[in-house]
Amino acid sequence: MSGRPNSIEVEGLVREFKKGPRAVDGIDLRVEPGEIYGFLGPNGAGKSTTVLMLTTLLPPTSGTARVGGYDVVTQGPLVRSTIGAALQEAALDAMLTGRDHLRLQATLQAIPRAERKERANELLERVGLVEAADRKVGGYSGGMKRRLDLALALVHRPRILFLDEPTTGLDPQSRTALWDEVGRLARDEGVTVFLTTQYLEEADVLADRVGIIDHGRIVAEGTPASLKAEIGLPSVHATPSDDEDHDRLEQVLAAFGEPLGDGSRDVVVRLRDGLAGLPAVVRAVDGAGLTLASLEIQAPSLDDVFLAKTGRSLEGSGGAEEPDASEPTA
Amino acid sequence: MSSPVWPQVAALARRSVVRTARQPAAVVFPLIFPMLLLLVNSGGLKASTKLPGFPTDSFVAFALAVPFIQGALFSTMNAGTDLAKDIQTGFLNRLSLTSMRGAALIAGQLAGAVVLGVIQACFYIGVGLAIGVHFASGALGILALLGFSVVISTSFAGLGAYLALRTGSGEAIQGLFPLLFVFLFLSSMNTPRNLIGVDWFRFVATANPVSYLIECVRSLIILGWNGQALALGFGIAAAIGVVSISAASIALKGRLVRT
Repeated sequence: MSGRPNSIEVEGLVREFKKGPRAVDGIDLRVEPGEIYGFLGPNGAGKSTTVLMLTTLLPPTSGTARVGGYDVVTQGPLVRSTIGAALQEAALDAMLTGRDHLRLQATLQAIPRAERKERANELLERVGLVEAADRKVGGYSGGMKRRLDLALALVHRPRILFLDEPTTGLDPQSRTALWDEVGRLARDEGVTVFLTTQYLEEADVLADRVGIIDHGRIVAEGTPASLKAEIGLPSVHATPSDDEDHDRLEQVLAAFGEPLGDGSRDVVVRLRDGLAGLPAVVRAVDGAGLTLASLEIQAPSLDDVFLAKTGRSLEGSGGAEEPDASEPTA
Repeated sequence: MSSPVWPQVAALARRSVVRTARQPAAVVFPLIFPMLLLLVNSGGLKASTKLPGFPTDSFVAFALAVPFIQGALFSTMNAGTDLAKDIQTGFLNRLSLTSMRGAALIAGQLAGAVVLGVIQACFYIGVGLAIGVHFASGALGILALLGFSVVISTSFAGLGAYLALRTGSGEAIQGLFPLLFVFLFLSSMNTPRNLIGVDWFRFVATANPVSYLIECVRSLIILGWNGQALALGFGIAAAIGVVSISAASIALKGRLVRT
């Protein structure tokens, strides 16, 4: 084994499909042990193809990737023994119960017979499926299936966890519960997590670092805070109670930063001093005798980062689905 | 990193049996449909026993061989559609991410089909005994019948696994199922080959391997111990098994693209 245990190291990774563009076009990335890495991008950006390559289910066309210190092409079985994965669809057998699934997974992962039952019970409890354990999975809700999927990925105590859009389609409560568990795994057990998502909030809340992928290329990488800081300062959006005060309000706020007129009733100014300048803004508006219908501060979001890097907004920019992984290489 | 294969086979076989058992239609239909066909044929073709040279005076005993082959065909469809569903839903990817060996997947799938095939065979034998069919080969012959059921279930389930791994589509397998039934209808299922009057049909039935599978079962029921029929039946079933399981193993390598 060379490379660092629990880490993911990728250099120049490429995957081409026969009838399509490069799904993954020469990406480089490094995920440190115990880190939660958010891989953010719209549908068809190359997220799932990357996960399939890193989990040994799809051979790369070129480039190298080491997962847990093992090469994904030449040391597939060792990579698989190191990782757990919950892929995009919670692939479960509707006719089996949650406990059946755990028992099967534990056997296939070579967990000793004496430990299987205890491990299943422990995981069922952890993901909150004790009561539903002996019910057929066909009757589970989407959130329950995702939680079982996570439990199955954890059966053999992996050091690295791949989660491919784990919360897509989940209600807010199930989403938060899953975030909590993923956060706990990284924080308390030191599990390295590679998480793909198309939800900005998810990457923002969960990830220590974020890589933004578009058209198979990583267009930005860093902590959510550093990426947002790259884009710029927060802006204040003020709406005068009386439309006739619009120009006067604009004059008052212009003293605090660059005006960003958007043609609406709002007066928008990028705050030169960041959030620290807000109290002075409020005092100046009050001192000028202006009354406001609303006052909002908008910090740059990861969507702003995506917009700045690609010229498109991530939200609602779903592209084509990624090519079928079973399609032969060109 | 290898782990023992037998626990994997047992776990996958158990899963195969459990999921079939939890779908009543998948269990009941292969039991009931061949019996209905037996009932209809026995009523409509009873007069065949009057033909000179017909090997028995009980058409039910003559036709009881057919359900065993029909049951094996259902094994083909069940094993195939279950595996195709695993491919379509991504369950195969889940299994691929474990230390599961490819051989365990096929063996587990086949073992599940064999368990169901033996249950079907026991049911057909029970119905035969209940309606008064005399098994000419006796109790040992019934054991031989069960053994033959194991062989044909394995062979035909191997065919289903191959089709699933090759096409990855449950619909494709269901579409091919009627084609397999054509083989059954173009065999000696309703008339001994030497009594088939139409030349082309006799030729096709003689060339059709399914005829020899039926005649193997039939010989144990109505003739006793017929070495030639048994050798041909077991031999052809085993040959189908070797070819289908080898083809399935090759198809699995293409389907399991893991590195």
